Amino acid sequence: MKRFLLPLVIFLVMVGFLFIGLNLDPREVPSPLVGKPAPQFSLPRLDNPEQVFSGKDMLGKVWLLNVWASWCGACKEEHPLLVSLAKTGFVPVVGMDYKDTRDEALQWLAQGGNPYMTTIMDVDGRIGINYGVYGVPETYVIDKKGIIAYKKTGPITMQSLREVIVPLVKKLQAE
Amino acid sequence: MQNFCLRLMLVFCMLQISSTWAQEARPMQNDAVAEAQVQRLSEQLRCLVCQNQTLADSHADLAQDLKQEIREMAAKGMSDQAIIDYLVARYGDFVRYRPPLKSTTLLLWLGPFALLFAGSIGLFITLRRREKSIVDAPLNADEVQKVRELLAINKES
Repeated sequence: MKRFLLPLVIFLVMVGFLFIGLNLDPREVPSPLVGKPAPQFSLPRLDNPEQVFSGKDMLGKVWLLNVWASWCGACKEEHPLLVSLAKTGFVPVVGMDYKDTRDEALQWLAQGGNPYMTTIMDVDGRIGINYGVYGVPETYVIDKKGIIAYKKTGPITMQSLREVIVPLVKKLQAE
Repeated sequence: MQNFCLRLMLVFCMLQISSTWAQEARPMQNDAVAEAQVQRLSEQLRCLVCQNQTLADSHADLAQDLKQEIREMAAKGMSDQAIIDYLVARYGDFVRYRPPLKSTTLLLWLGPFALLFAGSIGLFITLRRREKSIVDAPLNADEVQKVRELLAINKES
């Protein structure tokens, strides 16, 4: 009986590791930018490329930066959620149109609705690199001082909105 | 006329080939040292889109962009370490294929050695135990006789 004990313990430890492994998402790369100031940008606006919009314009407000593109399939999934979030006026959402063409982006917004306070164009993806963007859509929660409080890679869901983003924004707004 | 058409097609083919070539070859830096640096670094850095490929192997859009970014930094004369730090600041340690030794990666670095050590101890203990469990069992007179007989039969045949 005793000689089965050690293999059993080893087996259980392995099962434990595998079980933890099942619940990990390898796509979820922890962002080193959380807790750091959001990278600065001054980019042309999608609706009016003559005008530039800068992250500094949002100082003093808690806001979301949503990176999207018209070529991105998963962005379609989260778009209705963003639209209904924007309707509540709970938190301003700035869109960053990542490596996209203006015509297609405008068409996309015309079709799906425009939840964005402003959309800026990152045509060559340079600012995206500064934000560590690697899988569109991505959403950043940025606090009043311009510090990134949270980053979500991939489409936001009702669950992530309800459980993480909304409570976090409320907390930051109260600060 | 047919001849002319053929020639035209040939010219067209050649144009086609040269244009695909132009796409394949990345714009070479004038500076071969910088280009070598780009190559060296992109072999050590992970493409975040297709996570099991290096930047050098990957054809993902982001990998191309990051290579371009590295190329520009290399042209500015930045050191390997400075360029890696720049990318780690944005994408985290995950972007490196060779993870740095720090508290969170200690298990990763030392784990295999710990396992090897534990295995060696296990092996040592088992061997010692087995050695002890082997006891000499001397034969009695009858058995000696039997063995002799058997050996004798063997010799005769």
